Amino acid sequence: MANISPVPNEAGAPVIAVRAIRKHYGVIHAVDGVDLDIRAGELFGLIGHNGAGKSTLFKMMLGLIQPTAGEIRIDGAHVGGGNFRAVRRKIGYLPENVILYDNLTGLETLRFFARLKGVPSAHNGAVLERVGLAHAAHRRVREYSKGMRQRLGFAQALLGSPQILFLDEPTTGLDPKAIRGFYAILRQLRSEGVTMVITSHILAEIQERVDRLAIMAAGQVQATGTVQTLREQMDLPLCFSVRMALGDLGTVRDALGHLPVGAVEARDGHVAVQCQREAKMAVIATLASLGGKVLDLTVHEPSLEDVFFGFSD
Amino acid sequence: MEFAQVATIASKEFWDRIRNRWVLAVALVFTAFALSIAYFGAAQQGMVGFRSIEITIASLVSLVIYLIPLIALLLGFDAIVGERERGSLDLLLSMPITRVELLLGKYLGLAAALTFSTVAGFGLVGLVLSAQLDLAALFHYFGFMASSVLLGCAFLSLAVMLSVFATERTRASGLAIALWFFFVLVFDLLLLGALVLGAGNSGVGWGSAILPYLLLLNPADVFRILNIFNLEDMRTLYGLATVFPPALAQPWLLGAVMAAWIISPLALAAWRFRR
Repeated sequence: MANISPVPNEAGAPVIAVRAIRKHYGVIHAVDGVDLDIRAGELFGLIGHNGAGKSTLFKMMLGLIQPTAGEIRIDGAHVGGGNFRAVRRKIGYLPENVILYDNLTGLETLRFFARLKGVPSAHNGAVLERVGLAHAAHRRVREYSKGMRQRLGFAQALLGSPQILFLDEPTTGLDPKAIRGFYAILRQLRSEGVTMVITSHILAEIQERVDRLAIMAAGQVQATGTVQTLREQMDLPLCFSVRMALGDLGTVRDALGHLPVGAVEARDGHVAVQCQREAKMAVIATLASLGGKVLDLTVHEPSLEDVFFGFSD
Repeated sequence: MEFAQVATIASKEFWDRIRNRWVLAVALVFTAFALSIAYFGAAQQGMVGFRSIEITIASLVSLVIYLIPLIALLLGFDAIVGERERGSLDLLLSMPITRVELLLGKYLGLAAALTFSTVAGFGLVGLVLSAQLDLAALFHYFGFMASSVLLGCAFLSLAVMLSVFATERTRASGLAIALWFFFVLVFDLLLLGALVLGAGNSGVGWGSAILPYLLLLNPADVFRILNIFNLEDMRTLYGLATVFPPALAQPWLLGAVMAAWIISPLALAAWRFRR
């Protein structure tokens, strides 16, 4: 690919610019005024409940459905405008629960899509190899497992080395090993400068892997940022788990009494303490002053799930 | 319009039908029917063996007029709605292809499969019969094959239109069967009824005046007229055809009507699919 975009850059122009986009079906407002900038080389997550509007937004970004209002530009060009073909050739798309043609083999499937994308089929074997399907290249898709179909769908999205990848729930049906392999490929692609937009309902899976994400609910983007900034915005409490020698559980309660901490609960030799981020260091210092009475200490950051429910409820 | 995209879709549709032996099966059905009609069509009169091309074509016409519309409708009714229901349409539409190119590719691929079956099936019989046919008879038989192809393409176009308008595959299949009933079975009865009602006391009235034009509203009737008007002595055999003015029965004119029956449903489908 001649035109590889630079590494993610805070100030860089957005590769995908979504402006005041709306999609109304009668009285139902599937997407209701979304603005979004996705920068070159970024791995961007889009999360939301079923019906939050993320699939509709996704399809509008791909030009599959026309927005009621607003505009979406990819690399400066209108999606679905006069030069949509040029835009489409920069895009790879893996739909949720990808459906391919049962009667074709893996290699034939790629040949068909390569022809549609206008790219030579010479590298199809290498693409299959990349997603770990080289051994099944000549088997019909009918005989593929769900995970293999998903990987073939991914291979199809990678044809022609697209600059932008849209991946809708891409790890559905993959086993944990395959999921790791999948994200390893995403890391490689990221280092090649590919911009990726990914949706997932497995929040734990996404939170360690995306650069930034947007949380959607009721057709609107509720929050955008890195997982860390969203946590801070949400201001959710941290949770300490302190392991104490038996008999010392009351000591923690007494020691933390002067600090702004939430509930202190004792359970199975552990004390769980909730506190706001500002109090974090003070709590640690107080616990450290207890010396040998504290056997172990773990700090739990709020998970993406907590953040997500905080924004979407 | 990028024809390479149309060709990619069309060739996939065509080769799918070759690979799943659809083309072979339909060609064999045509061959079997045509051969039995040619050789045993007069068995009721106690005669076995090929008699004349006129009678053979007349019998073939009355068979094909039922069979080809049905086959074409079944072939095309799920072209688009099937992809949509399976969930593979979004991926196709995310490619650098317009909706019109996709639709046209689907239609041309399916039409090629149907045409191939028709030409192979009836062509084989034509070869078998060719020793007993003179040039004029061969020409008639060729005309029959060509009009069969047009008939198939017209009903395929209707089927593809259904596949765009229908929201569900099952609904599309129901509509396809309803369309078959209407054009193949009901339409002529309705016209006959109109003719009787419009005839009045004198026996000639507005019914017989507009009837020829009404016949053009049914591709199956156009097919029948195309074949029967080529054969002088056949005209008298068909009640409906006797009221048809020869001026309207020019093959090129009827061919143009057939072309309109191919283009119009497709154009309507393209208009709907683009929205």
